[in-house]
Amino acid sequence: MMRHPLYGLMAEFETTDDLLNAAQRAHAAGYRQMDAFTPFPVEGLAEAIGFHKTHVPLICLVGGLIGCMGGFFLQYWPNVIGYPLNIGGKPYNSWPSFIPITFELTVLCAGLATVFGMLALNRLPTPYHPVFNAPRFELATRNRFFLCINARDPKFDAQKTKEFLQSVKAREVSEIES
Amino acid sequence: MSPDGLEKTAAMEAGPPVLAPGHTYASITDKISSIVLLQRTKRGWWFGFAVAFALFMVLNAAIGYLMLIGVGIWGINIPVAWGFAIVNFVWWIGIGHAGTLISAFLLLMRQAWRQSINRFAEAMTLFAVASAGMFPLLHMGRPWLFYWLMPYPDTMGTWPQFRSPLVWDVFAVSTYGTISLLFWFVGLIPDLATLRDRARNRLAQMTYGFLAMGWRGSARHWHRYEIAYLLLAGLATPLVVSVHTVVSFDFTIAVVPGWHSTIFPPYFVAGAIYSGFAMVLTLAIPLRQFYGLEDFITLRHLENMAKILLATGLIVAYGYVMETFMAFYSGSTYDRSMIMNRMTGPYAGIYWLLITCNIAIPLTTLWSAKLRRNVAALFVISLIVQMGMWLERFVIVVTSLHRDFMPSAWGMYYPTIWDWATFAGSIGLFLTLFFLFIRFLPMISIFEMRGLVHQVKEEKA
Repeated sequence: MMRHPLYGLMAEFETTDDLLNAAQRAHAAGYRQMDAFTPFPVEGLAEAIGFHKTHVPLICLVGGLIGCMGGFFLQYWPNVIGYPLNIGGKPYNSWPSFIPITFELTVLCAGLATVFGMLALNRLPTPYHPVFNAPRFELATRNRFFLCINARDPKFDAQKTKEFLQSVKAREVSEIES
Repeated sequence: MSPDGLEKTAAMEAGPPVLAPGHTYASITDKISSIVLLQRTKRGWWFGFAVAFALFMVLNAAIGYLMLIGVGIWGINIPVAWGFAIVNFVWWIGIGHAGTLISAFLLLMRQAWRQSINRFAEAMTLFAVASAGMFPLLHMGRPWLFYWLMPYPDTMGTWPQFRSPLVWDVFAVSTYGTISLLFWFVGLIPDLATLRDRARNRLAQMTYGFLAMGWRGSARHWHRYEIAYLLLAGLATPLVVSVHTVVSFDFTIAVVPGWHSTIFPPYFVAGAIYSGFAMVLTLAIPLRQFYGLEDFITLRHLENMAKILLATGLIVAYGYVMETFMAFYSGSTYDRSMIMNRMTGPYAGIYWLLITCNIAIPLTTLWSAKLRRNVAALFVISLIVQMGMWLERFVIVVTSLHRDFMPSAWGMYYPTIWDWATFAGSIGLFLTLFFLFIRFLPMISIFEMRGLVHQVKEEKA
């Protein structure tokens, strides 16, 4: 039978405090390629595993600016350049009346950019991922908290990492196949 | 974590708790997901769905006949060229705003009591926008030309009138519908993953799995997710104000007495939140009853919603008083005549019924804490408020149009059976979608409730 290469070691915890503690100790021990899995967002966890900056706000801003400028230009061009209509001598660039549509398109484009940007940065949809092979992983969407240390991490060693995880009060430590 | 500990926390806060004590992450997950993942659908659901679907069929018949014959089947005429269609449009859009307020605004205000009601409130918004969005299309004389409202590159070399509130409406309502859908779906992703992991048959597993997009609860993903969610909330909140303001501009831009008023934007927005929260109550009370969700949607939630009803009802009352005052204070013959017509003219009965439903009943009863915690009373009051808000839209549209500047142009408006059928049918569409939602998707946000349990634990510790 073909042996599957090892993806990493998964530790299961019962409370968020245990997981946070373990993540901080793992980071202190030098592990970098790791991820934690929880049924709800846990404050401080992303920082504990070494993840700090995200580009989602920037994507939102860029989307909003595109929407804003696009929306204004959409109205400016026909009314000033393409098909200006002289209605009682009123100004072609009647910008106050252009505000509602400009605002709505700003919000629309910012929202679309935020959602699709977030999904893209998270690389979702990802139908398959090795961590789904971990035993009892379906509890990650119920009431258990997981920490996975990747085999690709430079400090990873099958035996030593296993001992380390067992030392941080993991309920269960298991190997995951790729 | 003993149940006693949680009870002490709850007792420390004044009033009923936000979450009934004794719940764990597991119990919440199991309780909410079991409503969706049961093998046999409840009989009560089938009955409700049958009624809703029958009304939806009425809608289809009404629309079919409308497309065949034209808008003459409705009671509209000259001078009242806008009848039920616009009344229903404004009413439904208004209802939708409360869902966004709960999801987005209360999130930004860090109100914990939002967690158990935001999912179905946001679904309510989506379905209300769907019901609303039909009417601008249906009320056109030539509905097959609806796409002329969009700025597409056409062979005639023409553009939509970007300076018109009717075109602003197209952009506002489309944006509102899209952002609400995105917000709602993004909020659903972790719960779809929960259902995927809990589903018992293959079809359910595959469908939820497909929709969950492989969500695994990764901390990195949660981090980006929370930021995206907050940003969406920040974007959706101004939409609550702006969309209904743009809808109110449909009226204020005209010169008709009773419409050309600067109080309309805030008055409409407050009215929207008023009717919307009434609808949330109308939905929340039966839901918590039939699905046993009293632990999650507690008296605290109902009371908070009743307080918001009271506050927005007062703003709406202020709007009515100001309208009347300004009509007389302005010295304009037309405005005075308009307000006297509302109070004593042919539609006076409707006007006074409106005042009773919107002001007299809710604003005298909701002051009492006892009544605010009486579930049956709240249900009745919420229905009365919704009826009152519909009547308000009717009064605004019809009484201003039927008697404006020239007495020779005065007329009357009488709704026909097709007006009523379309209206009832739109309620059918809304309820059909809502019943489908409660059957196939978790009506309470599971991961946010887990977060609430966590928060209560942290506060206790």
